[in-house]
Amino acid sequence: MDGPVVQAHAVGLTFQTADGPVHALKDVDLTIRRGDFVSFIGPSGCGKTTFLRCIAGLETPTAGRLTVNGMTPDDARRARAYGYVFQAPGLYPWRTIAGNIALPLEIMGFARADRAQRVARVLDLVDLAGFGGKYPWQLSGGMQQRASIARALSFDADILLMDEPFGALDEIVRDRLNEALLALWDKTGKTIGFVTHSIPEAVYLSTRIVVMSPRPGRIADIIDSPLPRQRPLEIRDTPEFIAVAHRVREGLRAGHSYD
Amino acid sequence: MRRAVPVLAVLAAIVVAWYLAAVWMNAPWVRDQAARAGATVTTGDLLRQTMTLERPVLPAPHQVAAGVWQGVTGQPITSKRSLVWHGWVTLSATLAGFAIGSLAGILLAVGIVHSRVMDMSIMPWAVASQTVPILAIAPMVIVVFASAGITGLLPKALISAWLSFFPVLVGMVKGLRASDAMQLDLMRSWNANEARILRHLRLPASLPYLFASLKVAVAAALVGTIVGELPAGAAQGLGARLLSGSYYGQTVQIWAALFAAAILAAALVWLIGLAERLILRRMGLAA
Repeated sequence: MDGPVVQAHAVGLTFQTADGPVHALKDVDLTIRRGDFVSFIGPSGCGKTTFLRCIAGLETPTAGRLTVNGMTPDDARRARAYGYVFQAPGLYPWRTIAGNIALPLEIMGFARADRAQRVARVLDLVDLAGFGGKYPWQLSGGMQQRASIARALSFDADILLMDEPFGALDEIVRDRLNEALLALWDKTGKTIGFVTHSIPEAVYLSTRIVVMSPRPGRIADIIDSPLPRQRPLEIRDTPEFIAVAHRVREGLRAGHSYD
Repeated sequence: MRRAVPVLAVLAAIVVAWYLAAVWMNAPWVRDQAARAGATVTTGDLLRQTMTLERPVLPAPHQVAAGVWQGVTGQPITSKRSLVWHGWVTLSATLAGFAIGSLAGILLAVGIVHSRVMDMSIMPWAVASQTVPILAIAPMVIVVFASAGITGLLPKALISAWLSFFPVLVGMVKGLRASDAMQLDLMRSWNANEARILRHLRLPASLPYLFASLKVAVAAALVGTIVGELPAGAAQGLGARLLSGSYYGQTVQIWAALFAAAILAAALVWLIGLAERLILRRMGLAA
């Protein structure tokens, strides 16, 4: 199936609150192609997480048209089109790492043998082979987050949605995980939607960077990255990288001068 | 040892206060007896006699201890005068009532959490049920069941369940709703149905709440059983011992039964606490 994975046309989401309506999203137009790594960056309240949740079918837009794999987001959710990674690993303390990764597989009704084989494969993919029998508290924060990424990968959804997955980790661990995520993206060819508030992270990871601004949440700029798919960490010192980072910063500043 | 010292200190204070109260409360009777016999009592006589009365207003601690000891070891435990036998009668009805009540509380909580209609219709009635004095309801339950030919454990267990379902219901409604919003979103992203969410997320996450409410419930179940034994013709159980003791002015027997009930309650709560520690630690939920 070719064609766009996510297609948003004039998507808007208004929350009715006691203080009147809040425009979380307004007139969002965006197309995400298969295999894209799209980052959403912006200050808090710009609707980046809300838009990701709309794609996931966890929120419903109140205006415009949004399709995922040509379906409504809710149908896509039912068809298990995506894996979602939150800021916190959210692993169950009473299940081992392997047990946690197998949980969505159990819920989706995969056979036992298939489950074991899939768990082993994704553990390998996130470089946690041999840790399946450990409990979450026995692992560091970065390892726990890798386990939660493995869990999102275990059922082979084409789309990976990540909401500030490395936001709670320190910079050194974050660099390593960014590198690992790029390698994983390269190996699996998944389409990734990634929310962050770090400019270097967005520029380093993405093929496209969506800069958003708040009140109402909207897209300020969409940047197609000129960087190659293979990216060593040192690429962050190249003029191309710095130019993209500069444009992102400009976009963020323009959004802020609005209010 | 460090933890035992404060507890023992309080215990010692209670025993001392109790002895003083026993002397003070039993003294008028001793003086009365002496006056009637035309004798005078010395302080030593007064102390000795107030602590050895057969039917004291307030028995001294050692008398109660002797009463409990006599009740437990003075006869075979199958005897109708054995505290062990009466305790077992009460315990079995308590456990049955606790099981029925807890199960009912959990099932109702599951229903309330999943159904708005149940939330709005059941909860007010559950609250109302607890405002009815159990002392007024218990005789009616006993009488109604007895007229249908049902006596013994079941009616008492139902009264006990009546008291014990409520804390479990309230605790579990809170516990089943305590799941993290993010965990619920994860479940939705996997398109899990409500039954799966209940089994894999809501029930495990509610366990700390469950154990807290089970401790309250088991104590309430014991109270319910004893109250249910009071109008039952005073034949079996600790409640019956309390009642017959008060009929015949056997204060030592009343206190012995009271202590037996207290020991039973403490043991039950301790057992649940033990299960709580073992299970929650195994699940990584221990605080």
